[in-house]
Amino acid sequence: MVDFGGWEMPVQYSGIGDEHMAVRTRAGLFDVSHMGQIEIAGHDALAAVQRMTTNDVARLAEGQIQYSALTTPAGTFIDDVLVYRWAEFHYLLVVNAGNIRKAAQWISAQATESGGDVAVVNASARYALLALQGPAAGSILSEICTVDLESLKYYRFAPGEVAGARAMVSRTGYTGEDGFEIFLQPAQATRVWDAILLAGAEAGIAPCGLGARDTLRLEAGMRLYGNEMDETVSVLEAGLDWIVGWDKATFVGQEALQAQRARGIERGLVAFEMTDRAIARHGYPVLRGDVPCGVVTSGTQTPFLQKAIGFAMVPAELRAPGQELIIDVRGRRAAARVVAEPFYKRARPARPAAGPTRSE
Amino acid sequence: MYPTDLQYTRDHEWLREDNGEALVGITDFAQAQLGDVVFVELPAVGRVLARGDVFGTIESVKAVSELFSPIAGEVVAINGALANQPESINKTPHETWMIRLRPAAGTAEGLLDAEAYEALLK
Repeated sequence: MVDFGGWEMPVQYSGIGDEHMAVRTRAGLFDVSHMGQIEIAGHDALAAVQRMTTNDVARLAEGQIQYSALTTPAGTFIDDVLVYRWAEFHYLLVVNAGNIRKAAQWISAQATESGGDVAVVNASARYALLALQGPAAGSILSEICTVDLESLKYYRFAPGEVAGARAMVSRTGYTGEDGFEIFLQPAQATRVWDAILLAGAEAGIAPCGLGARDTLRLEAGMRLYGNEMDETVSVLEAGLDWIVGWDKATFVGQEALQAQRARGIERGLVAFEMTDRAIARHGYPVLRGDVPCGVVTSGTQTPFLQKAIGFAMVPAELRAPGQELIIDVRGRRAAARVVAEPFYKRARPARPAAGPTRSE
Repeated sequence: MYPTDLQYTRDHEWLREDNGEALVGITDFAQAQLGDVVFVELPAVGRVLARGDVFGTIESVKAVSELFSPIAGEVVAINGALANQPESINKTPHETWMIRLRPAAGTAEGLLDAEAYEALLK
């Protein structure tokens, strides 16, 4: 068990490799109750959420979800978030565990600034969150769930019951597989956890920890707050141009991002594969000559692809696919190659959509 | 559960005497802590090690860790099979050797027997 943003969480159950492969080939169940939930409601909630997030919330239908970001006036990440449009006047933002307090304060301040009829509630303690992920997730959940999962499209959510407990089921995840995230009352979470494991036993479901969550998201090319994103990294530098609603009226960070888009970024995130036999890990320098010019933000050997892969923040001129990178692996120079994202894409997506990324 | 024909260090390496030479690996406890091993970096044959010297590194999916020589000696062979099958360290830790040492005279001191090593883990 490790401390993770104040939560005591397992790194692994049966082993990172086992759990990773279970999610890629069968199903895995994660307890991600550490994630935060902030609700925004009122007749002027839409204007407030538009102001505080980069993506265009007006494009969201009720029951739909959007990957987005809260940014500083400089266009750098306060957090990356999922925006749920519950109803016309009611939104739910899912934020990272380590950022709950910061995000809640910032969201409240922005709501006040936006004005009108809008209330912000940090509802994080009211929700437990389980993530059921993998190709068998749908068939397992449908056995114990009243939501019609067949018609629940990717990045949509619906209320219902799971194992007799009131729940909100969301077709989202952080693994690159089809899957669901299930919002529950905390008192029900243990029972529903057990019920899902029981329903999935025959399909070979595995309980999964933080270790596999990290290798899975990295293999799927998803960014992690604190590694690829923080208050020094802009949305464009993180390669997330597609979560910016360029045409919407205004949001915090818009001017800075527009200016950065016009002049071009000086550095940016790249996906790489090691060509030498080594694993480049978080914090290892990327070298030009003998001088650091960038840094590895995440890196591991992934159990499914069986390759050493990672993300690095490098000067813009080193971002082209095929570009060789030299990484300082504990004093040794090891070669890597810039590759196109994502590293892994599931063969037959359950729903046609570009895989939005999202962080822990 | 720890084999009595091995000697152990507090850094979780084991040593097996073999015809006047010594094989070195890591213990079951060490492999369990590391999890899935994906790389082992071993020294050049001929390298002379003092007791406690770092002779290589071992990487799992979740961490990288150094390997320490249990005794002083010269590396006379390395287990080349580990390049392609590092997972054998997880599967059979006490049979999977990493380096073969020709011990310097009178150096095998301060090693633990199986009972003392198991006591250390408690």
